Parts: sequence; C-alpha cells; structure tokens
Amino acid sequence: MKNNKKLTIAVTGLNAIDSPGPGVSVIRGLLEAKSFDCRIIGLAYESLEPGIYMHDLVDKTYHIPYPSAGTEALYNRLMYIHEKEKLDLVIPNFDAELYSFIKLAGKLKQSGIHSFLPTLEQFEARQKVNLPEFGKKFNIHVPQSKAVYSSAEIFSLEQEYGWPLVIKGKYYDASLVYNSDQAATAFNKISARWGLPIIVQQFIHGTEYNVTGLGDGNGNTIAAVPMRKQYITDKGKAWGGITITDQKALDLTAHFLKSTKWRGAFELELMKNKAGEYYLLEINPRIPAWIYLAVGVGQNIPEALTKLALDWPTEAFTSYEAGKMFIRYAWDMIVDLNEFQQISTHGEL
Amino acid sequence: MKIKNNIAVSDNGFIFNPASGESFTVNQVGLDILNLLRKGEKQETIIQQLSEKYQADKAVIERDLSDFQAMIKQYHLIQNEE
Repeated sequence: MKNNKKLTIAVTGLNAIDSPGPGVSVIRGLLEAKSFDCRIIGLAYESLEPGIYMHDLVDKTYHIPYPSAGTEALYNRLMYIHEKEKLDLVIPNFDAELYSFIKLAGKLKQSGIHSFLPTLEQFEARQKVNLPEFGKKFNIHVPQSKAVYSSAEIFSLEQEYGWPLVIKGKYYDASLVYNSDQAATAFNKISARWGLPIIVQQFIHGTEYNVTGLGDGNGNTIAAVPMRKQYITDKGKAWGGITITDQKALDLTAHFLKSTKWRGAFELELMKNKAGEYYLLEINPRIPAWIYLAVGVGQNIPEALTKLALDWPTEAFTSYEAGKMFIRYAWDMIVDLNEFQQISTHGEL
Repeated sequence: MKIKNNIAVSDNGFIFNPASGESFTVNQVGLDILNLLRKGEKQETIIQQLSEKYQADKAVIERDLSDFQAMIKQYHLIQNEE
C-alpha cells in the first residue's frame, strides 16, 4: 500500500563516473519504491557530477560544501535547502561525508530531516585502521593489517605477512604490491592523496565477494544480497556482477548484524580462500554503487532504509533472485551550457 | 559421483553455480556426461553410453571421462566434494 505523502529525499553521490558514487542507483531504487512516491533533491560537490543533469531522476540539485569545510557549514547549507524544499530524508552515500552527517543527525531530525545511519561508535569501529580489533571483538576472520606512518614501517611487515601486500588509503584507494619498490611508490601516492596513516594488509588469495544489506539497529537483518564481481575496472570497481546464494556469506552477514547491532545500509567486502573460509576485508558503512542489482532481484534497500528512517513498519526481506546480473555502461549526455553555468555560479539547478 | 543439485545446466552446455557465481561452458560430450552424472548413472554405464553414441574406444572414453571428472571436482561442482 502506498503512503499518500509524497516524500522529498535528498541524495548525495551523483558522480556516476568510472569510480561511481551510489547516488544515481539509490535514486532509481527510491523512484521504484512501492510504498511511497518521492521527489529527489540531489546534493553535489562538483558541477560535473552526471546525476545533476539527469532530470528524469533528479528534480533539483544543490551544491553542498566539502567535508573539510566542517559540519557547521554543511548544516547551514542543508538548512537553506530545507527551507526551500522541505526535506523529509537525507541519504548520504560517501564514506568521507558520513562523519558529518552522523554528527548532525540529531539536529537535522529536530528540523524534520530524517536519516538512518550507523552510530558514531559503529562508524569508527569499522574504520580500516580498527579492523583487526573489530575482527577479534566480533569473532570474524580479517586479514592481518597495520596502520603505518612511514614507508620504512612496511618493510618490517613483509616478513610477517609475506608478499604481495595490499597498501590502502584511510578512506579510499588500494594497491597490490609485490616488492619494496612498489610498496614505497604506493605508500607515497596514496598518502599524498588521502593522508596518513596508510594501512598495510596481508593479501588473502581467493575470490572476492560482496554483500550489501541493511540492519535495523537492533541486530536484525532487514536485507542482504551477496554478489560476485564478474568484471572489474582498473580502479577495482565492479562493472558487472551476479547475485549468488552462498549461505556462508549470508550467515556471516547475519552474524555481523547481530553482533554489532549495525544500523543502516552497508557493504561487506569478503574474500573466500581455497579452503572456503571467508575473510572480511572491509566494511563500507553505506549503500554501494551496485545497489540497483539488489533492487532488481527483489530487495529494494533504498526503499526499506527510507521506511526505517521514518519509523514506518518495515518487514525484513526473506528472498532474492540468484543468478541475476548487472552490467554497467557509460552514456554520453548532451548538456546545455546554461545548465552547467547555472549550477557552477548559483550552486543550484 | 553426482553433480550438486543447485548447479544449473542449460541445453546448450552453459553451467552456472549459484553458490559461487561461477559459470562454465561445455561441449556436447561434456553436456552428455553432466546429464548422465545428474541422473546418477554408474561409471560403467556412462562409458558404455558414450562409447556407443560417439563410436569411440572404451579405454579412450574412460580416460577422458576421468579427466573431465577431475576437472568438475576441481571446480566444486560435485556433491559432497567426493
């Protein structure tokens, strides 16, 4: 049954580029929701984020300040947007902006803007630098890893972990390196872009799987869809994938949700070794860019997240279609210069 | 040796393992073997039937069948990983 109220939902991550933000896929899920109708307000950092110009998906877009500008600047901008658009919900989709949105969640709710995000403790506990502790606490296999502040520290780990090693940025970026020279280059490149520390992780040989899902904050699984990447870009992003039925991956997801009482959407990056054991490589505390696959196989996670955020009754999904694929594609839009000018100079389109 | 129940085998030789997401293709001989294994046929029966259908020597069929079975085992398509 459809709710009569037309919701106004703000969504970030409109950068549908080669390393895509999840926004456009989230919006497709929201527009296909069976329980409500909605208007979409895009929140963009750059004037060339493709979602800004997708007028069949996004009703209006506003620039928002970068996370480095601080939570106050973001709050003021959101209040300006709220005054004009009367937002019901905001769905942030970038790791780097989540801290600010989590911090502001209470204040925003007082103004009528709902969200459904992990707690600050959950957000911090799954940080890459804290993953070994996280694995120990919740009895989940994770690769050995250490946060380092100089490339010299990497060399002390090579004996312990063996080659190759995975060199990771605090928020984004990862490189597989096979020797000291490559390790030093990766350290310098990633630290220049994302800062310190750099995480050095043991490489687990195996097949990579991903699970996206939604936790209700009380330990219950509202949604969970596992996927195997079939086509990976040079940036490590899935350009094609297929849903699978692996019970171990689903059990691990349920264990993760139950033991952490995770609140909100997430993506687990898993590696299955030859012995069939799963290692948790990373927890992304947000909806992944391939979320439309979950929508397509029967679990509309953006819709369920909206319902949870608004305290509407939300039933857990119990099934999905396995063996369905997504294949991403690139599409050139023709855009009038006036539109680019409008968003660039006025910060609104 | 029996193929896992959840493995999907299409008429044109496309095989999909829904647990791992892996897919494979086999030729007509491979498809015949998979279908016979699915039916739970014994090794001797499979060799006999393939030998008749393809008019090949039983010893050759036996060797090729053994290679093929080792391969599908390696790809985790066998029940209980016998």
